[in-house]
Amino acid sequence: MLFYSYFKTLVDKEVVVELKNDLAIAGTLHSVDQYLNIKLENTRVVNQSRYPHMMSVKNCFIRGSVVRYVQLPADGVDIDILHDATRREARGT
Amino acid sequence: MSTTGLEELTGSTISVITNDGRNIVGVLRGFDQTINLILGDCHERVYSTKSGVEQLLLGLYIIRGDNVAIIGEMDEELDSQIDLSAVRAPPLKPISH
Repeated sequence: MLFYSYFKTLVDKEVVVELKNDLAIAGTLHSVDQYLNIKLENTRVVNQSRYPHMMSVKNCFIRGSVVRYVQLPADGVDIDILHDATRREARGT
Repeated sequence: MSTTGLEELTGSTISVITNDGRNIVGVLRGFDQTINLILGDCHERVYSTKSGVEQLLLGLYIIRGDNVAIIGEMDEELDSQIDLSAVRAPPLKPISH
């Protein structure tokens, strides 16, 4: 639940999702769900010339199970809030 | 947004990247919670470094959700502007956990 809630606070921010097949997709975070499936808008593939497979795709849905990393904007991260939430989660609250 | 659904994509043309690195293009007819998909009038786009994109006609398919990586909403206008026979690219890598 923690990361689902955390991603909800990042809606409308610019992120880069790196998948387990090494494909990296940049876009605006539109929505997220309990499985951490991600919907991005205004997508562009990071290495467009190497991966023309998604040239006509501007919005996409990424299945949570294939995500390796989600690269976040540095100012989108409030470390203290994350630490508190993690502590609470670890305690079992 | 608390639920990211595929409801709004039903009826539109989508490009599905599967876990084995294939690209299947078709019309989304239905889906469920595990992302099993029903794709109508679909074709596979095979990319190669040696020749242009090959399109293999498939018809009506069900893709099991386990195997779905990305579902992209295809912009048909943008797609019609691409000359697929001129595109050269290595095939996508498969998903490795």
